[in-house]
Amino acid sequence: MSTDADMQIANMDGEAALPRSNGELVFQAPWEGRAFGIAVAMNEDGLYSWREFRDRLVEEIAAAGEDATGATYYEQWLASLEKLAIQRGFVTPEEMNARTEEYASGERDDDHDDHDDHEDH
Amino acid sequence: MSGDHGTHNPEPEPYPALRAKALESLLVEKGLIDSGAIDEIVRTYEQDIGPLNGAKVVARAWSDPDYKRRLLANGTDAIAEMGFQGAQGAEIVVLENTPQLHNMVVCTLCSCYPWPILGLPPTWYKSAPYRSRAVIEPRAVLEEFGLELDDSVEVRVWDSTAEVRYMVLPERPQGTDALSEAELVNLVTRDSMIGVAIAKSPAEVA
Repeated sequence: MSTDADMQIANMDGEAALPRSNGELVFQAPWEGRAFGIAVAMNEDGLYSWREFRDRLVEEIAAAGEDATGATYYEQWLASLEKLAIQRGFVTPEEMNARTEEYASGERDDDHDDHDDHEDH
Repeated sequence: MSGDHGTHNPEPEPYPALRAKALESLLVEKGLIDSGAIDEIVRTYEQDIGPLNGAKVVARAWSDPDYKRRLLANGTDAIAEMGFQGAQGAEIVVLENTPQLHNMVVCTLCSCYPWPILGLPPTWYKSAPYRSRAVIEPRAVLEEFGLELDDSVEVRVWDSTAEVRYMVLPERPQGTDALSEAELVNLVTRDSMIGVAIAKSPAEVA
């Protein structure tokens, strides 16, 4: 519908060049994208309302205080998500700790951070 | 902290990365989410959804008075007309800037933002100083963004929520009567749609 406009992506300066959004990386590290994607996917699957997630994010940011910077934003995001998942009974703190330890020790090693353009179903 | 270049050993993954992996793998194992769906969401927000969507909406509104009327009356529907959806159920309200009124948008409590048309918010939008100061001293904040408004212009600050997200419709720059809708898109910056800047002049993008 808007091929002309799409063509202009190539002509836009650094401010809107992809995959950066206006010169800033959308995610500073792959895990930030995963944390973002998990939250959105769970909402889309009806596991919680966006408001429930947002309320926890607000609490988390408030608790972090005025020193909070963009650098820790997705840590707050992830902490909110984890709390909500635990409160809703989707995971338990014990499972989370055990699974984190498995990844930390290398006992479990899968490669979700590898974003190939393979075909998804 | 940025990593060093040229080390032989892979750096240990940061703790949040391990935590995110743990959460994803448990949720997948329990059949609650699908990793492919997450891949798709991340790819979409990294590559497809960004301020260009909003720029197209603004250029349409500048070019088509009927569309502009619909956009100001019901932002969510008018934006969906252009194929942009997915604000987690939030309504999108479009605020028109005029010579007398300047709107700017903040989320004082976290980071609510009209994702379908602007993508994900910039770091400064999520920062504590912007979140608190935009409301207390908007003119000072705007000056730091390089925007000095005449005292006669009223400044209105809009606080986004989980239910309502705002986009600013910037004023159409002078000297753009001859430009096509596609050409107008180039003048619309992300910051102008948050209300911390005005749209570019044709000379600035030439």
